[in-house]
Amino acid sequence: MSSYFRHNDPRLDKLAEFSRLCDLGSSIGIERAISWSRREFIRAATGATAAAMLSAFAPLRAMATRTGQKAVVVTFGGGTRDEETFMPDGHENIPHLLKEFIPQGTFFTQVVNRGILGHYVATASLVTGVYETFNNFAAVTPDNPTVFEYFRKELHRPASDAWVVAPSNGFSLIGESSHSSHGAGFGAGVILPKRMLAAAMATRDTSGYDHLLRDNYESPVYAPALAVSSEQLHQVAEMLKVSVADFAAHARSLRSPDELSVYVARQLMRQLAPSLLWITLHDIDVAHAGTYSLYIDAIQRSDRLCSEIWQMIQSEPEYAGKTTMFILPDFGRDSDTASGGNGFQHHRTGDEFSRTTWMMVRGAGVRENVIVDRPVESTDLVPTLGSLFGFSPDRSQGKALPEVL
Amino acid sequence: MPVQQIRGEQFHNYPPQAQHVATANITLLQQLPLAFLPLLLREIIVYDWKFPAERDEIDRQVRYLGSLTPDQLSSVMSSFAKLNLSADLQAMDWVGAPVRFSEKLSAYLWATHQIDDFSRSAEEYIKVFNTAVPEPVIPAPRLGIAVIAEEISRTNYPLFRKLRRKGVYFDHVDPGSNYKLLLDTVTARAKLYPSPYAHWCIEGAEQGTANGSLIAAVAYDSLQPVRKQLIHKMQQVSASQGGPEILRTRLAETEPSELGMKHVIDDPVLSRFAIRVLTEGSGTQIYSTTFVQWTAREALRRARPLTILAKFAARQTEESADEELSGMQQHPVLDPAGSLVDADMGAYYTWINLQRLPGADQSGFIAWAPGRREAVAIGPSFAPGTQSQSIVSMVEILRQAQSIT
Repeated sequence: MSSYFRHNDPRLDKLAEFSRLCDLGSSIGIERAISWSRREFIRAATGATAAAMLSAFAPLRAMATRTGQKAVVVTFGGGTRDEETFMPDGHENIPHLLKEFIPQGTFFTQVVNRGILGHYVATASLVTGVYETFNNFAAVTPDNPTVFEYFRKELHRPASDAWVVAPSNGFSLIGESSHSSHGAGFGAGVILPKRMLAAAMATRDTSGYDHLLRDNYESPVYAPALAVSSEQLHQVAEMLKVSVADFAAHARSLRSPDELSVYVARQLMRQLAPSLLWITLHDIDVAHAGTYSLYIDAIQRSDRLCSEIWQMIQSEPEYAGKTTMFILPDFGRDSDTASGGNGFQHHRTGDEFSRTTWMMVRGAGVRENVIVDRPVESTDLVPTLGSLFGFSPDRSQGKALPEVL
Repeated sequence: MPVQQIRGEQFHNYPPQAQHVATANITLLQQLPLAFLPLLLREIIVYDWKFPAERDEIDRQVRYLGSLTPDQLSSVMSSFAKLNLSADLQAMDWVGAPVRFSEKLSAYLWATHQIDDFSRSAEEYIKVFNTAVPEPVIPAPRLGIAVIAEEISRTNYPLFRKLRRKGVYFDHVDPGSNYKLLLDTVTARAKLYPSPYAHWCIEGAEQGTANGSLIAAVAYDSLQPVRKQLIHKMQQVSASQGGPEILRTRLAETEPSELGMKHVIDDPVLSRFAIRVLTEGSGTQIYSTTFVQWTAREALRRARPLTILAKFAARQTEESADEELSGMQQHPVLDPAGSLVDADMGAYYTWINLQRLPGADQSGFIAWAPGRREAVAIGPSFAPGTQSQSIVSMVEILRQAQSIT
């Protein structure tokens, strides 16, 4: 192997490297075997039925009224691998997904992301249904209309009806595109809980809050969250009906930024009850630090938080019985055998493991205990939401998933 | 600038040996496509600080490519030549700054969906090159050892689950065996097979005693003053709000002298290696376990040693690391339980990386947790997926691991 194909850039998206050994480097066969094993195991463990013919089914919702329909989308920004989730060694990390979600939802085993594997640009691709190609680290809006713009413009929904809760400063522009056909004013509100916290701590001692303020795991650098102004903070606090002091006090009791995000999401659901709520969890991306134990802790926490979000949905009258919940990682992480990466630590190689992940769908009208084996793409989410709500994301590259509808 | 127009004088800023390699092969370089040549130059430009194995690889690459007829060279490079590169890339100073070019190239290939084509091209090229010019035969089978420090092995975490499938699992290692035995083994192998940078000791805490002129030794604790200066630099760059890309560039430009490396490691090649580990490795600056795993990975990848001993010790907690990065740390707080999980995965990755080297089928590998009396031995003398419940000494395991079949 030539060393000049080996790059050790700590960021993502570096040139591929190649194995010395064919049996390690050319691991497609192994990956297929693993993928097959995963599907087989899930069926055995849950008794779920195959859904190969589901696309021929009449959509359950075809004639149903869409009045009151709500959707909560949860993405794991900081992808997870099969190894630590749905493969046998990983089951201990996702008890809620395995025991609560799979039996009561529809599970897509192969969701492929063919775009750039950076968290902001990949999340932008998820919300537009188009593989965006901008610089992952740039503060730019998505080039194509977001799901929030389609939703609000076509269905005449108010600004309060679509929200994003995102952990990272880089996601501040995720709610609205720069596309001319939709224009300003139809995007989602974006709440960055870290920014709120940074603002709340502006006149306080920040010790004990460092773990909640860390912004970007893809960089080894501590990057404190950019604070919003005091005025903006109080506006958000007023909207969420929580005092700045209470917010800061509650934050101190939390272990991670994702717990803070879920806390904010809970307040949003209670106070504004948006019909389209998008929550981006990000703790898992601590894997970039190379600490396997912290990565596993974060997967377990995300699994627990998904369950808590579902409980929140069930406990809120505005949501119970009319909400569809989608859970999906934005992409995977490098396989142990891809020599260009360093296993779980990064998502640089673009190998099959880093591109292939899964999606869980649960809620009213969603078929239970169903596994869909056919490959779908992460860009299929937006058209699926379009069919669910009744809007037409005409620029999306994906296709609506009939198994959900 | 077209590659055909490069001239020898353009390499005047390269270090002496790198300049010689480039200018002596200028006719060959002029025939290589732009998607390939700067990546070769990226390696050549640091030729003076390369390990012998890396220099040999560059030399063999140049010899191989230079031996081809124009038609053969065109055929070998055809898939690289077919990649479409932007005018901006072509206009870059890829001779003077090949690292920056490769970063831009990487981003461009991802954005234009050509990264998979590039990967395939590179994989095919490496296969052809390695077949045409195999690496030199090594004088003895390689030996890799991963040790887990006693102070982090006091939980019931099930160790070596992945490695057990590959070799013999010992659960009654003689408690009389100690770490010094391993250090003595490295020293003995260094005397038996003397070669620069062929024998390594990597420590997650203090430097061991296996110090000799033929042993490359790197320790996390010894590098503490360097790490402190590096973190200070990271804080300064971070404060300038330049973002992850600027930080990445600044770190890549770090010279050993800038961080006082001379007071820690005098050897210029090893010194640069350590700087690269700290500036390119994500998490190596703050987590001991990440430092050991990444250093072992890079030592294996770059130096291709005959012997490598990697000792995993306690890392600090995530909260403590956040404090260190923000400059607020009083005393590091250790996380023994998490460190054990990291070390277990780190041992597995060290074995995988050993397997990537030529002669892997004859190499021996041992992972050992003296505090738990558990070990796994992998190699031609050990049957995969088996267990030994007899009391066995580490001397005996080492003997078997080094036996030639």
